Amino acid sequence: MQLTVWTYEGPPHVGAMRIATAMEGVHYVLHAPQGDTYADLLFTMIERRGKRPPVTYTTFQARDLGKDTAALFQTAVRDAVERFAPQALLVGASCTAELIQDDPAGLASALRLPIPVIALELPSYQRKEHWGAAETFYQLVRALCSGTSASATATPPAKAGAQSRDGGNDAPSAPTSTLANGPRPSPGGSLTVRKTANILGPTALGFRHRDDVVEISRLLETLGIGVNVVAPLGATPADLARLPDADFNISLYPEIADTACRWLERTYGQKTVRTVPIGHGATCDFIAEVAALAGVDPAAALDTSRLPWWSRSVDSTYLTGKRVFIFGDATHAVAAARVARDEFGFEVVGLGCYNREFAREIRTAALLYGLEPLITDDYLEVEDAIARLQPELVLGTQMERHIAKRLRIPCAVISAPVHVQDFPARYSPQMGFEGANVLFDTWVHPLVMGLEEHLLTMFRDDFEFSDGAGASHLGHIASPILPREPGEGDSEHSANGGGGATTVVSPSTSPLHHSAEGAERSPSPAEAGEEQKGWSPEAERELLKIPFFVRGKARRNTERYAAEQGIAAITLDTLYDAKAHYAR
Amino acid sequence: MNALLPRAVPDCAPVRGPVLRERGQREVFCGLTGIIWLHRKVQDAFFLVVGSRTCAHLLQSAAGVMVFAEPRFATAIIEERDLAGMVDCNAELDRVVDRLLARRPDIKLLFLVGSCPSEVIKLDLSRAAQRLSAKHAGATRVLNYSGSGIETTFTEGEDACLAALVPELAATAPGAAPELMIVGALPDVVEDQFLRLFAQLGIETVRSFPARRAGAMPPVGPNTRFLLAQPFLGETARALEDRGAVRLDALFPFGAEGTSNWLHAAAVAFGVDAMHFRAVIAPGRERAKRAIAHARDRLEGKRIFFLPDSQLELPLARFLAQELGMVPLEVGTPYLHRAHMAQELALLPAGTVISEGQDVDRQLDRVRAARPDLTVCGLGLANPLEAEGLTTKWAIELVFSPIHGFDQAGDLADLFARPLRRRDVLTV
Repeated sequence: MQLTVWTYEGPPHVGAMRIATAMEGVHYVLHAPQGDTYADLLFTMIERRGKRPPVTYTTFQARDLGKDTAALFQTAVRDAVERFAPQALLVGASCTAELIQDDPAGLASALRLPIPVIALELPSYQRKEHWGAAETFYQLVRALCSGTSASATATPPAKAGAQSRDGGNDAPSAPTSTLANGPRPSPGGSLTVRKTANILGPTALGFRHRDDVVEISRLLETLGIGVNVVAPLGATPADLARLPDADFNISLYPEIADTACRWLERTYGQKTVRTVPIGHGATCDFIAEVAALAGVDPAAALDTSRLPWWSRSVDSTYLTGKRVFIFGDATHAVAAARVARDEFGFEVVGLGCYNREFAREIRTAALLYGLEPLITDDYLEVEDAIARLQPELVLGTQMERHIAKRLRIPCAVISAPVHVQDFPARYSPQMGFEGANVLFDTWVHPLVMGLEEHLLTMFRDDFEFSDGAGASHLGHIASPILPREPGEGDSEHSANGGGGATTVVSPSTSPLHHSAEGAERSPSPAEAGEEQKGWSPEAERELLKIPFFVRGKARRNTERYAAEQGIAAITLDTLYDAKAHYAR
Repeated sequence: MNALLPRAVPDCAPVRGPVLRERGQREVFCGLTGIIWLHRKVQDAFFLVVGSRTCAHLLQSAAGVMVFAEPRFATAIIEERDLAGMVDCNAELDRVVDRLLARRPDIKLLFLVGSCPSEVIKLDLSRAAQRLSAKHAGATRVLNYSGSGIETTFTEGEDACLAALVPELAATAPGAAPELMIVGALPDVVEDQFLRLFAQLGIETVRSFPARRAGAMPPVGPNTRFLLAQPFLGETARALEDRGAVRLDALFPFGAEGTSNWLHAAAVAFGVDAMHFRAVIAPGRERAKRAIAHARDRLEGKRIFFLPDSQLELPLARFLAQELGMVPLEVGTPYLHRAHMAQELALLPAGTVISEGQDVDRQLDRVRAARPDLTVCGLGLANPLEAEGLTTKWAIELVFSPIHGFDQAGDLADLFARPLRRRDVLTV
């Protein structure tokens, strides 16, 4: 048993729901007890969908267990097919139904439905949400592509082959290769057939998937490459049957698309683009990879984001060497590390992911930065690592946002799981050149601006710039680090402090403040790690005079210096000796 | 397996009109959700769910930002290797509990909360609770109840929790003077309002169940008279009655009328003089009526449809019909306790359809056909219905907000008026 308060990923059937909800014309009948319908509100509230997820639950109860849950399941399947008339049906069990061992596959096939039925085996006690999504997508692709082949016709496969085919759910036919596809004129040839690609991986409840798809489609368009199918987001079962028509696949989110891409590679010989275009450099690499595969000139798309100039402008000089801790799903974490070091000039001091399936990718990346990777789904380990490393910026998930808030470290969100505020109304991709612009703004905003930092140091004895006033980005919430004296410059802050930017509360959570105490405790000084052994009171007071955003670094440096020099008690002199020692 | 299973409630009170009973997909929370407000109420209790990743994910989704505040609940996630052998499972549970209590030595009362997976594999949590109680005797009491979806719906989780506490309550002295017990977790501010009113009425000993601390739970015995503050406490009421306590039948304390009637039941039982009673409640009752009046203009004559969620639906529909002039079309409830609801049902307008249980797709067909002015439903349905042009009030807020008593009556009415007001102000 694993003791858990917060989980980075839901159970695998939630992954399956993300696929079903992303698609059109697919319905999912989930054998699950009453109560599992809670997952619906992830889609209707966090992603703010205006439609119910296409999921029917059997919602069996205790009184059904002694009787016939199998019959209940069959009734639910029959009713769902009749009511929703899907083109394909997913059936499966949630964790509890897995234990009662009804057989959704057999029960559904016994009904002899006129549509393809894809049975999902999602081991709830071993696997998690991303795996469930990847497996579901793979099973759908496999079932709906088989029996069709782009090579069956002599007509050029791309675009023209848009007529839908019935995807059978019988065993896959013998693998065919796209090499046998219709005429393939060379890039320079007179007969120019547009190359097409599939964009694979975007789902419901994906972090910025909606806008990433727009950005990448636009990029392909400028290269003169057509988008054959985007899947699963917005795709129908008929669209999945057309996947083999494309010249190659883009694995946009490997966590979800990789299994299916590998199968398409094996079965249809389609190549896969594996560069994830997050950041300016990665986007250029992505364009190069795509252009090479499609045999087109990449120049057309080598537009540029504003990131390179923004990052070179003198206002960004203060970003140099900022220590950043990165945690999230492996794909976003690896991409963020590259952007942080190469495009922002940060120092990456920690890198990790919560999805073990992609541990290898994180390990490889961590080598580049000389780091020990952190692969864990226990947020307490992440919290320990952040507290130990004292980074100046945390890039992570919703959970790291809260850890960073508690430790009073600036933070930006780069990966799922996220809350409602990270499904924004405005256009805000992570990928492509516009995505790079978004990254620059998002990551720099939490940091105190360079000029602001300079002023804070110069005028730190003025009350507006005291610790008590806090940084503007912390939403005018007074810092609890220094005991505040009444009337000490806080009146103007409390006057306009109502709309603090840090307290965005979603509709689904706002009413939960059941009793008078708020759900969020503000950290006491002790929790923020401000009182430690070895420091003389005088040195401790001096440390508090240092602006909070460099205080962690000063404390760490001083303690390291003291340890190296064998000094047990840290005095005022030790503090300044250390400062001199590390001043370079 | 659990005390909740038998549902043999005698049909002692006639329900007017037939009740529509449906079986099918139920779009409801399971009883685990109750932990979210119970752990705020009992300040030294910890709730350990023994379940799957789904259970942990549910709590996280339902508790929202609360999970970041070191809450006093957690999930012991059953893993593949736990399923291999049951002995291992118990040892694992002991290990998890030891680790937890070492980390949180301030915990006085630990609930092992059963889930669907733990019930289906028949993990005996009551034996585990006994074993762990003995092991941690003197420091922490360990109890168990089930909040599984197969047995409990949403607020029934509180019922199961309180019912598990009843056998643990001390016995009152034989022949002691009558005492009043308020049963059901209320927000502290509401609880204090009620305690002040009972004190003014001259009822000497009034206790709340659950208490705010594990060590302060009220005693029970034949001299106990109890008022249910919540309509979903069937099992708890029965367990209290088993220990000789007597339930005072009343409306539930929503709105001016409901609260008056609820207080009156206690006043009668404790022989409070009628004049004195009227004098004490008059100010609060008047305030409630004034506060409600603001919403009446907007709500009067509006048609409302309740989907089942918390069992609060019937008393709320009664309040909205009786005091605000709304027209309930259908009032759905996950479970109908006829005896406890008898007075509420009698006050609902004729023609109101009462439905128990759910087949969500069919019920939504009825909603679409009726096109009510306001539909009260869960968060999984609210946005989809809004997208169809139906105005909704999401039901969970009614469980988490202070809505009982005179001084919350205006807020309660406003919860229903606000979606309609918003619909009117928006021009996009």
